[in-house]
Amino acid sequence: MHLEVSRVYKQFETRQGPLVALKDINIHVETGEFVCAVGASGSGKSTLLRLVAGLETPTGGAITVDGQAIIGPGADRGMVFQNYTLYPWMTVQENVEFGLKLQGAEKRERREQASRYIDVVGLTQFSRSLPKELSGGMKQRVAIARALANHPKILLMDEPFGALDVQTKETMQQFLLDLWDRLGISILMITHDVSEAVFLAQRIYVMTARPGTIQREITVDLAGERTYEVRRTPEFYHYCEEIMDLLRGTVDTQSV
Amino acid sequence: MTVITSDSPITPPSSTKNLRPTVFWRIAEDIPQSLKWVLMTLSVAVPFCLWWGLSTTGWVDSKFLPTPVMVWQALLGLWQEGYLLSDTLASFLRVSAGFLLAAVVAIPVGIAMGAFTSVRSLLEPLIGIVRYMPAPAFIPLLIIYLGLGEEPKIALIFIGTVFFNVLMIMDAVKFVPKEMIETTYTLGGDRRQVLMEVIRPYVMPSIFDTLRVNIASSWNLVIVSELVAAEGGLGKRIALAQKFFQTDNIFACLIVLGLIGFILDLSLQAAMRMTCKWAVK
Repeated sequence: MHLEVSRVYKQFETRQGPLVALKDINIHVETGEFVCAVGASGSGKSTLLRLVAGLETPTGGAITVDGQAIIGPGADRGMVFQNYTLYPWMTVQENVEFGLKLQGAEKRERREQASRYIDVVGLTQFSRSLPKELSGGMKQRVAIARALANHPKILLMDEPFGALDVQTKETMQQFLLDLWDRLGISILMITHDVSEAVFLAQRIYVMTARPGTIQREITVDLAGERTYEVRRTPEFYHYCEEIMDLLRGTVDTQSV
Repeated sequence: MTVITSDSPITPPSSTKNLRPTVFWRIAEDIPQSLKWVLMTLSVAVPFCLWWGLSTTGWVDSKFLPTPVMVWQALLGLWQEGYLLSDTLASFLRVSAGFLLAAVVAIPVGIAMGAFTSVRSLLEPLIGIVRYMPAPAFIPLLIIYLGLGEEPKIALIFIGTVFFNVLMIMDAVKFVPKEMIETTYTLGGDRRQVLMEVIRPYVMPSIFDTLRVNIASSWNLVIVSELVAAEGGLGKRIALAQKFFQTDNIFACLIVLGLIGFILDLSLQAAMRMTCKWAVK
């Protein structure tokens, strides 16, 4: 067992009274696994990821990474947000080095590690560029390299490609899949894009909205390599339909 | 509720209104570079010509409105007597001391107030009240407490600028994206590192802007303090010139004040462009 979320309950205090965001959440991510959580807006999926990241504390239940309870954010759980959170005054190189710098790594080691991951994401020739000189997809690759340079136990991704155009999004999905394959990292990603989840994940948690619960766990078993061609197979289509049906049943029409 | 039936079709407006093209009145758009330079030149040239015309034709008594030539001669006179340099230096040093002191206090306090709701709650009510007390109203107290030397003038500049600096820097911190701070936590950063290595560099350009805006009021205050009582300084020179009805000297000092302010502003802009390349378009 790698990441384990058990019986997690999260409630926010609002002006209208308490709001249950997540209810009885049980999920797990094994070492080297790619898991997605899909849900409509209001399903609390972002909250779930923030709980795992340690940016929020659960009202009830427990979250552990390798058996250790999470008490706050830490470098063992890398996070990639939807909007580019690159530090605008730092070059690509400095951005990727920053996590190691925060942890007091030596300059030479920092540089080597950062260069390695900048190479992994294919941006070596941009290592001296500022974020404002990069395209959206490139920025997100830097954010991924920055998270990976810390050698986290798990990579948490909050709709990382949600702000990208369709073409860039597909390229980035393929890129992430290759990266995951090459590096053997564990990934927990949340998205509202069903086909993205089916394309990327080995397992998918389908969530309900208000309150957010896990309504189904689906193991994606697609034959062959996952390239854009797999998206045209009947199996792929079938998985998407199944999840769409599940989500459709839960959308609260009053709130749309 | 009106029901739209086929009997009452919606009539479209008879003439469609189109936005006419313009050069001068383009909102939030650039104008041709040549036009820009022409307008910028006019902005200085028109008032200068007006001044020239009014004073040299005798429309206004040159005792009240000295001619540009007279002002230039006054300027040269002040320079030759050594007053121009010593007065400018005296005022400049007071402004520098008071303003630097205010900046050194305001930057950390402003960042802390922007970052921590606790610190903000602790200080904002107090600052909110004190900043509405006009700084010159403190002059009598400052003279009683600190005498007539440099200290009350520096203190006045400090009081008059520190609160605005604090509040403006505090506001800048609110614009640091929350996700950027959270990213730093997930990269293994602690709160001190977030303050020093994320928030501080992020608000650096805003700090420069804040200083640029508020250094103008420190020039106001140094003159006010010198008009009240001073050994030297441009404000003192103006007060003396008034006594002897030397309007040409007053004009000379005003122009020097304007130019120094302008140069200060440009240098702060240049400093920002050098240190915060990332924030320059």
